[in-house]
Amino acid sequence: MAKEITRRQKRLPMLAADSGFVTFVTLVMLFLYTPIIVLVVYSFNDNRTLTWPMKGFTLSWYEKLFQNEQILQAIANSFYVATCSTFLTLLIGIPAAMALHRYHFPGKTIFRRLLLLPIALPGIVTGISMLNMFKMFGFNLNLQTVIIGHATALLAVVVTQIFARLQRLPKSLEEASADLGAGPLKTFLFITLPNIKSAIFGAGLLSFVLSFDEIPVTFFLTGRDNTLPMYIYSTMRRGVTPEINAVGSIIVLMSLILIIASVLITIRDRTWLKH
Amino acid sequence: MRLFRFSQAGFVLGIPILWICLFMLVPYGVLLTYSFWIKKYPLFVPAFEFVNYWTVFTDGQYARVLLRTLKIASLTALSSLLLAYPFTYFLVFRLKSPTIRLVLLMAVVAPLWVSYLLRAYVWKTILGTEGILNSFLVSTGILSEPSGVFLYSQSAMVLTLTYIFIPFMVMPIYTALEKIPKNLKEASHDLGMGAWSTFIKVTLPLSMPGVIAGFTLTFCLTFGDFIAPFLVGGPDGQMIANVIASQFGSALNWPLGSALAVVMLILVLGIISLSDRFEQSGKVEM
Repeated sequence: MAKEITRRQKRLPMLAADSGFVTFVTLVMLFLYTPIIVLVVYSFNDNRTLTWPMKGFTLSWYEKLFQNEQILQAIANSFYVATCSTFLTLLIGIPAAMALHRYHFPGKTIFRRLLLLPIALPGIVTGISMLNMFKMFGFNLNLQTVIIGHATALLAVVVTQIFARLQRLPKSLEEASADLGAGPLKTFLFITLPNIKSAIFGAGLLSFVLSFDEIPVTFFLTGRDNTLPMYIYSTMRRGVTPEINAVGSIIVLMSLILIIASVLITIRDRTWLKH
Repeated sequence: MRLFRFSQAGFVLGIPILWICLFMLVPYGVLLTYSFWIKKYPLFVPAFEFVNYWTVFTDGQYARVLLRTLKIASLTALSSLLLAYPFTYFLVFRLKSPTIRLVLLMAVVAPLWVSYLLRAYVWKTILGTEGILNSFLVSTGILSEPSGVFLYSQSAMVLTLTYIFIPFMVMPIYTALEKIPKNLKEASHDLGMGAWSTFIKVTLPLSMPGVIAGFTLTFCLTFGDFIAPFLVGGPDGQMIANVIASQFGSALNWPLGSALAVVMLILVLGIISLSDRFEQSGKVEM
């Protein structure tokens, strides 16, 4: 009986604490998602200014969007840049993650530091130092220089994701393969690669998204061609317009699709690992 | 066989090392070189002068911007921490359902996938004089006329930057809290400690590596941002990255801009190695 009472007494403050936490979490969620909802809702507002109360519903901002050739060109450029830099960064990032995982070599600490530096290093430093280099050696700025910049800035993202997966792979798999007489290349192609496939896919997806809306590096390394974020950025100089909200909503929709894709990959991956 | 293995290691290591040298080390070297050059209108002349660094540290204009940037970055990291820590704590220790935990965690990280430019832009449309917040307050009669206090202020910048970078605070704290064995808290309770002193003496110290990592990330990323200041900062909301960007644009003084970028690089490197040291010393063997 006495025990029952103390337990009940204990539960009361716990309950109060929990409702406090729930309120807090709800507020954080509102903070995170109200702006995104506002962005999307105002893309359908029948008014040039973004003010309350809203006028009628319209699709005209979207119609204008699809007639704007500059935007369409910018979207095409962004797709080109994001695709190329994703492939490039995977091409360098996978060997880099394998080297970190498997080999011990002099200077490994510096190697790792340099590889991972761009995670915390503001993009502007990468952008400016590459701009300086390209100018000094007389290269012209174009979408290719942007691709090189993106690949460098995103390398850290790819390496951390793939390295984490490699760490979780049982060593015995590769050893068994070697014992059965498979060479290193064969082991990589038939044992390691299939096992880190989904990590590669996830890392690729993420770097595609990050490259697609990259600004700080692109800002310094692009020539006359605009990527989509650079185009939006230059429109913003002239003030806020509902067209930006319309482009933004499409980007939000695309991001949503990619997020769902990556979540599905993770879930499938987890159930697979459990088996 | 040995030779083969050696050549394979060379291949695996070779590509990334070559890339790092070509596109990280050489550019940093060039950046450093440029920072010693001098501007002689309309050209930049090769030299080995400390003039640019002298300007950065003695011209009050740059020192002021640098201090303001440090202040904004600290405030942003702090407010992210104050929001992220209780949130993550609830997720890890109070929430019973693993599904809801995963969904909430994803919900915080998901905005990273949505364009960073748009996430800054939307605050401009909300906070502006002709923005949504003002027109809402006027139409409901709370304000009699639109107020200019919301946009173009340092608090608008801290708000926007917190909004943008908070996932970088949540992720490391989550990882750190998740690693804490649940039986440590039970042991602390059994030894008669209350919830609060358990938190102060057990949970908080064990989660310090995550807090430090999150603080470092949000601080460094804010420190080098020039989009949010451009959109919501206003005339005296310039941060150091804006000043650097303008040296490569309208102000056209690449050597000075390079010197500023070198200062930024050194500061960021310093903060990273400092936080590494803290993280190492904060780690408890378990």
